[in-house]
Amino acid sequence: MKYLSEYRNLEATKTLLNELHKITTKPWNIMEICGGQTHGLVKNGILELLPENVRMIHGPGCPVCVTPLNLIDKAIELLEQGVIVCSFGDMIRVPGSKKSLLEAKALGGDLRILYSPIEAVSIAKNNPDKEVVFFAVGFETTAPANALSVLHAEKEGVENYSILVSHVLVPPAMEAILDDELCTIDGFLAAGHVCAIMGIQEYYPLVEKYKIPMVVTGFEPLDLVQGIYMTVKQLEAGKYKLENQYARAVKEEGNTSAINVIKTIFEVGSREWRGIGEIPNSGYVLKEAYKKYDAETKFGIENIKVPENSKCIAGEILRGIKKPHDCSEFGKTCKPSNPLGAPMVSSEGACAAYYHFSNNTI
Amino acid sequence: MNIENLGFETINLGHGSGGELTRNLLDKIIFKTFSNPYLDQKHDGSIVQIDGKMAISTDSFVITPIFFKGGDIGALAVHGTVNDVAMCGAIPKYLSLAFIIEEGMKVSEFVQVVESVKKAADKSGVLIITGDTKVVERGKGDKIFINTTGFGAMHPKANISVQNINEGDVILVNGFIAQHGMAIMSEREGLEFESTIESDSTNLNYLVNDLLDEFGDKIKLFRDPTRGGLGTVLHELANDVSVGVDLKEIDIPLEKQVAAACEMLGLDPMYVANEGVFLTVVDASIKYEVLVLMQNHSKGKNAAIIGEITDEHPNKVVMQSLIGGKRIVSPLVGEQLPRIC
Repeated sequence: MKYLSEYRNLEATKTLLNELHKITTKPWNIMEICGGQTHGLVKNGILELLPENVRMIHGPGCPVCVTPLNLIDKAIELLEQGVIVCSFGDMIRVPGSKKSLLEAKALGGDLRILYSPIEAVSIAKNNPDKEVVFFAVGFETTAPANALSVLHAEKEGVENYSILVSHVLVPPAMEAILDDELCTIDGFLAAGHVCAIMGIQEYYPLVEKYKIPMVVTGFEPLDLVQGIYMTVKQLEAGKYKLENQYARAVKEEGNTSAINVIKTIFEVGSREWRGIGEIPNSGYVLKEAYKKYDAETKFGIENIKVPENSKCIAGEILRGIKKPHDCSEFGKTCKPSNPLGAPMVSSEGACAAYYHFSNNTI
Repeated sequence: MNIENLGFETINLGHGSGGELTRNLLDKIIFKTFSNPYLDQKHDGSIVQIDGKMAISTDSFVITPIFFKGGDIGALAVHGTVNDVAMCGAIPKYLSLAFIIEEGMKVSEFVQVVESVKKAADKSGVLIITGDTKVVERGKGDKIFINTTGFGAMHPKANISVQNINEGDVILVNGFIAQHGMAIMSEREGLEFESTIESDSTNLNYLVNDLLDEFGDKIKLFRDPTRGGLGTVLHELANDVSVGVDLKEIDIPLEKQVAAACEMLGLDPMYVANEGVFLTVVDASIKYEVLVLMQNHSKGKNAAIIGEITDEHPNKVVMQSLIGGKRIVSPLVGEQLPRIC
């Protein structure tokens, strides 16, 4: 707990905020990649403490928000086929094209909320006459545990376990955002947890190619303010480099054993992002040798396709082109109790974060 | 209670049939445990005397697991309703007690629940005066559901109403928040984690009574933030009276282990359930006296002043974060869901 109190230190944060105000002379748009960072910024009221010239743009790093609609429909289809579907908690309220997983559960589906995919393998072992699927969503952060569950099932000879994969990667999403002609981003707070797994080496080429500062940043108030400060300092000096604010958790090479687990069962492939569309080489797919753990092929649900809700501007929100209250539906037809799109569901989603915590919106 | 002499080990549908088996269950367990002059009449209902105004509250309890650190469904069913009656400014006197049991429940577990009800009722100073027992088929219940209705005599000095709340009134809580919800969460299937967090389930009626004895109508409101947690209750309060609420995060009593568990699961303690916590809104002139009285009571050792009522930002609860920023505390929608990462 030491880190928590240290990095929520009022005096240290205030001092750094004062420094930030002093060094900021021009308007800068900084995108925090990770939904956890968005949550931290809004929950701690940091946005209103920043200099007027520093505008935070909320990035696509909310795993729930970028999981495409048809994946949710696929999970619901599995529930309706009598499969035990296991999921992380905040996926279950995201609306699919007709209903959410939670509603499918109310109609009789066997849905289990878990923290660890390994638990799903135990459920499969304990229910040998049932099929069990883990809804494997998320960025590089959740990939090692999901991969490990497959290796675990293989080792234990559990045949009735598979995963519904929707793994996405951060660097290709950053490139897609930077390539967008509407992009106004001057600097990035890179996602601390993702880098804790993957390391930071893959970000050097991005910094060079787009000549843009990036600071790998943590999630506590002091982390966030420090990350923003380091980014602005580079921008004001006309520099662009990769810096690591979150060095207490992030090593240059990342967590090599976690990376090895990922590489054993996954390979990089094309992935669809909710609201953004298909991005080449932007996610993980199961390797050929592990295809028998792929729920999509196992249950023949590859072809479920559904259009996004046309009123929801999640795509523009996730690319940082619009803010939640630029949306005509925000807080009106779209609320946490009746979300039109995923960013209103997850506590890491930009829309939900604004709705719950921000003064500007109500 | 010696369950070996009961002659049955599990509860079956026959125990809810109204016949011999039902009589057996009632006589050997229920009536024996709760024996009192009202119940012993074994009538269809009980006739009691309550003079003056009465507060009545009912609640159903459907918790999983039924036994948890710091309590069980039986104690919870008493405390929950006793506290709801107390929150009205009343002195709880009587409880009704209705069980819906799922066929196949072990008698040993049922007896454990019944004995826990008895203990909690004795501790709260209430009598069980009427009840009901039904048995449903396996799969149609979750071991056991309990409904209790509480009856209390209004405290002569009480004038509890949201309408009495004014700008400048002060909000206090009697202790650490989020204990109950996190204790349950730590034992729930699929989410288990090692902790020594205990539910705070307890009766609050004596502390409430002491506060009313001492401060009368300067106490404007009592509320127990059970489901939905402190955040949701404060939000309701702000909306019911069209006032604003100002809070400081640093003042909200939160035990370290609970804070860490919330952090780990990605849950906000402001929305986690409590079973032994109440908030009170009081006239600013008595805030420190109220605080001292609470802190000197066994149910209020960790009491704290957490905020105040303001005319600014009506209908909104605004919390100042540890680092000085401000955020809106909005109501909880649905169940709080653990985050992905």
